[in-house]
Amino acid sequence: MAEWAEEITHVAGTDLAMIKGGTGKPLLVLHEELGHPGWMSWHEALAKERTLLIPIQPGYGKSPRVEQIRNVHELGMFYSWVMREMNVGQIDVVGFSLGGWVAAEMATANSKQFRKMVLVAPSGIKAPEGEILDIFAVTIGTQLNATVLDIAATPEFRKMYGGERTPEQFEAFEDARTESARIAWDPILHNPSLPYFLAGVRGLPTQIIWGREDATVPVSVGEAYKSALKNTDAKLTIFDHCGHRPEIEKSAEFIKLVREFLV
Amino acid sequence: MHIMYFTERPYRDVPEDEVIINRSFFGVPNRFYDAQVGARLYNEYLDEDVYAEEVGFDGIMLNEHHGNPFCMGAVMNVEAAILARITKKVRIVLLGNPLPVVKNPVRLAEELAEIDLISKGRLVPGWVRGAGSEQIFNQANPAYNREYFNEAHDLVMACWTKPGPFRWEGKHFNFRYVNPWVMPYQKPRPPIWIPGVISAETVVWCAKHRYPYIGLGTALQSTVELWNLYGQTAADEGYMAGTENFGYLQQIHVAETEAEAQEQGKCAMFGGGAANFSRPEHTLPPGYNSREATRRLAKQATDYGFLGITSDKLKESQSGDVPHIGIPKPGGDTRDRLRKGQISIAEAKEKIYRNYQKAQDGLQIIIGTPKTVIPKLKLIMEVLRPGVFGLFQAQGPLTTQQRLTSIRLMGQEVLPAMREIAKGLGIVDPFEREPGSRPYTAGTQYDSLVDLEALKRAPKRDESVRV
Repeated sequence: MAEWAEEITHVAGTDLAMIKGGTGKPLLVLHEELGHPGWMSWHEALAKERTLLIPIQPGYGKSPRVEQIRNVHELGMFYSWVMREMNVGQIDVVGFSLGGWVAAEMATANSKQFRKMVLVAPSGIKAPEGEILDIFAVTIGTQLNATVLDIAATPEFRKMYGGERTPEQFEAFEDARTESARIAWDPILHNPSLPYFLAGVRGLPTQIIWGREDATVPVSVGEAYKSALKNTDAKLTIFDHCGHRPEIEKSAEFIKLVREFLV
Repeated sequence: MHIMYFTERPYRDVPEDEVIINRSFFGVPNRFYDAQVGARLYNEYLDEDVYAEEVGFDGIMLNEHHGNPFCMGAVMNVEAAILARITKKVRIVLLGNPLPVVKNPVRLAEELAEIDLISKGRLVPGWVRGAGSEQIFNQANPAYNREYFNEAHDLVMACWTKPGPFRWEGKHFNFRYVNPWVMPYQKPRPPIWIPGVISAETVVWCAKHRYPYIGLGTALQSTVELWNLYGQTAADEGYMAGTENFGYLQQIHVAETEAEAQEQGKCAMFGGGAANFSRPEHTLPPGYNSREATRRLAKQATDYGFLGITSDKLKESQSGDVPHIGIPKPGGDTRDRLRKGQISIAEAKEKIYRNYQKAQDGLQIIIGTPKTVIPKLKLIMEVLRPGVFGLFQAQGPLTTQQRLTSIRLMGQEVLPAMREIAKGLGIVDPFEREPGSRPYTAGTQYDSLVDLEALKRAPKRDESVRV
């Protein structure tokens, strides 16, 4: 097991909880809308050669809410400030779902802050076909179930969300859902201006990863990201028989793809 | 005592099976809406209100819900405006306008001022946070629910009391030129009442603003606790709370004979009643309740569950259905079993109606003749001593004639009895004594707001019965 630890850093005018683990050049990991799911096998694999920096989004329990962050773009501005203050220099980034949207917003403001960018089924663009699941109008259980195509065939899903949940876990979910609703309620999990600004991203190799059967953010959004990132080298890889969590549904393929891309 | 007539104005022709299949009133597809029926019902409800005035009610209470056959009052202010013109002396009590879903509070201030003017000062506005489903329906961010409420409230108050023109630059609302040329008839502003279900935050907020608090059918025990909290907050604020600071709403149906009443009163269970107002995911959208309120709700299994806000729904909204990985389900209630196909619609209905007697035993609903309903109302009045009492015509598919008979009997027999009881208990209403007008001297005993001895005589509610 790679060593990892959670620490609170005073940065960007707030106390930010951050998980750090692994060894090698830093890799920024932006977690999805339900929060950091715990140390999974893909963390373990990537941590062999990279130091993972996983900030816990403000408002998600361990990091206090920052009232001035009122939308996902501003959350991106916040993380850019955090990275500047931490002096990490040009850094690679992997963002999952809403975390991928955040990474894309950061790239539109300054593509040079990243060396390479991996977007895993990000929300953020209105779906050209289908609809982004309104996670705020379904139960937590429905939201969770919609993230993977085949729960029985996804052992890490059981590891993340199985067993009897404690009141503390319910509260953590409520915090996460409240904060993501606060910043992404309207428009429904997207920023209408994002595609326009993505065209301004240059010189940032980008790997977009999607599951063909994603029931949370339709694969058409992946195509839209690729089209919008027309002035940089962006590649879309779609896994068949896969939902919204390629990192646990197609774990081996995912790890191989990300490692090779981040070389 | 101020006695109000209230109906949710249900769309009574909604097929019950569709409510059961949908597992809630909110979200029944609107292809079941018939405009002919809607037109008839809106007019009938307005006529009912006029009749309620004729038989002796002091006020007509209206409310507002959206996207829901449970209540046709989607734009309550329209109905209030009509009542302002076609009634003569009743107060028009709005409990309430859902402030967090109002995109333009200045326009709301104008609408209400017009109603107050047309009625020549008979308007009693009230504010609510809106049910969870109202946030979904109106695209109102639930994470800002309390903030929207507070700021919209302050802006409406500013419209009514601060000389214009002025600029409003708040966190959520910005208006460059506030100078409404329609101002309330009542000075400095209309009296304001606030309805509530469970939230201690709302009770404290009311007490601080000296607004009467109207409990919406809440269980007597928890209502007593909330009113004591109000009284303590009032004392801290330097005034003495009394009967004028409180109100209570009770669902009721009255008929000529007990047999008729019992048969007709089953309507209150129609579709599962208010407990089936909306599904868990719509009842408690993310951030709608504060963390503290969510914790309290998780612990509290005893409340009435008006609009379905119950600990069961909270649990269901948190867990949902994750069958493959063995997360235990909360209780496995009717809705849940229906969804899983473990029971049929007929069985679900049977289970709902099986609770009819228990709902009466626990005073969730009061059904009977004037002779049998009066002692039950008397008990509530003794325990809670409310200056305002709302009689809530039972929900569901009563006929128009049955509803009118109920109103007539209330007017002829129930209202005079209630007034007599109120007199004996020394209950005064907010028009007889201005809420917050009596100063409180620190360190002294303040008025007893409830009767704990009477509470001992009150029946215990069956926690599993939701109406």
